[in-house]
Amino acid sequence: MAATATREPVFVVLQLSGGNDFLNTVIPYGDPLYYDFRKTVGVSEDRVLHIDGHYGLHPALPEIKQMYEAGNVAIISGIGYPKPDRSHFRSMDIWHTAEPEAVIAEGWLGRVIRELDPQKQNVCTGVSFGQGLPRAMYLGGTPAISVSQLEGYGLLTSLPGARQRRAMKVFTCIYAPEEIAEASMSLQHISNTGVDAKTGADMLQKTPETYRSTIEYADDALSQSLKGIAQVHLSGIGTRVFYAQHGGFDTHGAQIATQTSLLRTMSKAVNDFFADLREHDADEEVVMMIFTEFGRRVRDNGNGTDHGSGGGAMLVGKRVNGGMYGEYPSLAPERQLSGDLQFNNDFRSLYSTVLDDWMGIAPEPIVNGTFEQFDGVLQPIK
Amino acid sequence: MTTTASNPGARAARPARTDLPLFAHLARRAAFGLPAWKLEELSGRPYEEHVEALIDIGRYERPEEDLLERYNIEHADLESYRWGAKRWFYRMINSSRHLEEKVALMWHNRFATAASKANNARAMLDHIELLRNHGMGNFRILLQQLSRNPAMIYWLDQHTNHAGAVNENYGRELLELFSMGRGNYTEDDVRAAAVSFSGWTIDQTIPRYPNGWFDTNFVYREDDHDDSEKTFLGETGRFNGDDIIDIVVRQPATARFVATTLYRWFVSDELDDEAISELAQVYFDSDYEISAMLRSLFNSSYFKDARWKRVRSPAEHVVYLMKLTGQHTNPYESGLGKISGASQAMGMELLNPPTVEGWHTGREWIDSAFLIERINFAADRLGNLEAPGVRKLVERVAAHGDKLTAEQLLDACLYDLGCVEIDAHSRAAILDEMGRDSVYETAADDFPDTATEVFQYIASTPMFQMA
Repeated sequence: MAATATREPVFVVLQLSGGNDFLNTVIPYGDPLYYDFRKTVGVSEDRVLHIDGHYGLHPALPEIKQMYEAGNVAIISGIGYPKPDRSHFRSMDIWHTAEPEAVIAEGWLGRVIRELDPQKQNVCTGVSFGQGLPRAMYLGGTPAISVSQLEGYGLLTSLPGARQRRAMKVFTCIYAPEEIAEASMSLQHISNTGVDAKTGADMLQKTPETYRSTIEYADDALSQSLKGIAQVHLSGIGTRVFYAQHGGFDTHGAQIATQTSLLRTMSKAVNDFFADLREHDADEEVVMMIFTEFGRRVRDNGNGTDHGSGGGAMLVGKRVNGGMYGEYPSLAPERQLSGDLQFNNDFRSLYSTVLDDWMGIAPEPIVNGTFEQFDGVLQPIK
Repeated sequence: MTTTASNPGARAARPARTDLPLFAHLARRAAFGLPAWKLEELSGRPYEEHVEALIDIGRYERPEEDLLERYNIEHADLESYRWGAKRWFYRMINSSRHLEEKVALMWHNRFATAASKANNARAMLDHIELLRNHGMGNFRILLQQLSRNPAMIYWLDQHTNHAGAVNENYGRELLELFSMGRGNYTEDDVRAAAVSFSGWTIDQTIPRYPNGWFDTNFVYREDDHDDSEKTFLGETGRFNGDDIIDIVVRQPATARFVATTLYRWFVSDELDDEAISELAQVYFDSDYEISAMLRSLFNSSYFKDARWKRVRSPAEHVVYLMKLTGQHTNPYESGLGKISGASQAMGMELLNPPTVEGWHTGREWIDSAFLIERINFAADRLGNLEAPGVRKLVERVAAHGDKLTAEQLLDACLYDLGCVEIDAHSRAAILDEMGRDSVYETAADDFPDTATEVFQYIASTPMFQMA
């Protein structure tokens, strides 16, 4: 299989949208303060999946716990960014652009893709699954492909043979890689996107044909996205950055039912994905980062939790040195940041670690600064 | 347009239409776009009167929806919000109050409330009806109604905002996403706003399926309202929710917010500070009347000059294509689900925006997958000779002359699709494929196929994604 022959490091980002409650994901069940603050949505000690004498995972994460025990999951606690902003929009923007001060449109993964493929030789260097290209992968002039689903993916596929060929010929001429005279930014963007759409569609159309697996992914959107990522990776077209999203974590209300269901879906989907890669001897070169835009308030509101700041992230993969990293933020009232977990790791430390130790890219120009890294969390493959 | 000269019928229609391309522009922006034959039918009045006819929605009745329910029982049952989305597409395609629907769609993106949480089709449709009823009215009243809307209350957890147990969600989004925008208030203001809205709730929880849908109503519970003194944006008093709205609508930041929202939706993806300041002034001069702002906008030179400066949203793209193909103009035609499904595949599932901040608009409507969906859908529909509107378009194109050169045929197609323009590069690519020396006989048996093939080429150009 081509993918395994090259063994270039591949990075998969899984975004949990809406602000996943970190306190109820990696649960400090050994801290009595947790139960003081979480009178309604707290998870009782006997239901927590213990990972040590003090912390445990949410009961809906049994597969993640197994992977943790196998040493393939690193939990990064206390992650956040300076001057927490509790807006979903702004917060997600900061994570996507790696720029906490100014508002910019360039995504950090867009910069990674440009670094990996400066000559734009492969439009499929970055592929996102789901509805819409995330801002993280957006960078003017740098291609990134967005796929809702692989089956039937393609241009003008419903036109009859000769007519489809003529229409594609016209399309290919219209969307030639060149500047349109006096074009607005939107028009130029559409033109550039058309060029990439054609090339990307040609490459991606072929990927499901060769894929065989014994793994039966669930029907939910995240499982299908991760299945698509596995198919594209295994087809060996050289994608280095993947993106998937899993939404609905904005649990101001009905948190217990909602978060449980979302985490259960995630746990199974992530496990199936790595099992699929393992079956194809392709799990060595893939690392997944799971993040969310912010954690939630320490004290629950009687039914759910409101927007907070410090949260947590995970790295998953065979070449991850599993364990707990970073300091778990204190729940002591005097150490909270106006009711939130005080973050102690800048999110750009995590980005820098992945870039330096995994992707083999100098992190400074991507994250615009030097940030302390988590030593030893990743074993590079080259 | 140069190709109509050989057709006496078209020439006869000509004196009536005054600056049809400008009227077509207005129709794309203030409505959902129209084919040239329809534009010609309606034209003949000064531009300003067309603007007035669009704004004065009271002149027209809303479309009948009873038959929609009789032919499709699901529309009456509203088991899923998806039936609500189909129903809205039917309204957009058939309403004579074009601007009312267009404005409701704009506010749906701004006051984004989603069925993913407010899982009650009837409550969602009531929410959209509110956007229709007040979307072109007074912004202060719009915010008052919005704050009393059950779907909104449930969506932003306002029903769990109690005296002594504040849920900040609605207070925060009212300031950040529904009026002033970030940077114009403090965290203390958010809290004060939230406390002022304590006790604003609904009389029962919305999602009760499978036990049946319940209508739900706004309720103000005085015993759950924190009546203490609050300080909000520098003013102090024992504020209630409406007091907060009164203070919010007086803020210059709110004027700019409303102006920017209108500018982005109706004028251009690229903002123009001067035009937005002008609109913000109309906001204050008219005491927050949105229709006054719209009148100023549509009559302005910055609007008239902004042709093809805005990416059509998926819902607009789909409705425009229905205006061209003449499909779904009657309640018994099946397939509305394919219309709402197409919009969803292009990134806009009506009644279910992805987050409280709505959809990302402008060029973010276009990524490789969405562009493919847009082009595939348009090509499918414009190639369908069974659609009455497509047959009409072909007849119109054929009426441009017995024999048409490639250039004449292309121009005729562009014109009849509603004064569509394309860039020079796309034009050259299409003419190359058509063969620059080719002559097309419009009476030929395969002419309908030829014409629709040209429609499909046009539909795949970058500018066809724009308005």
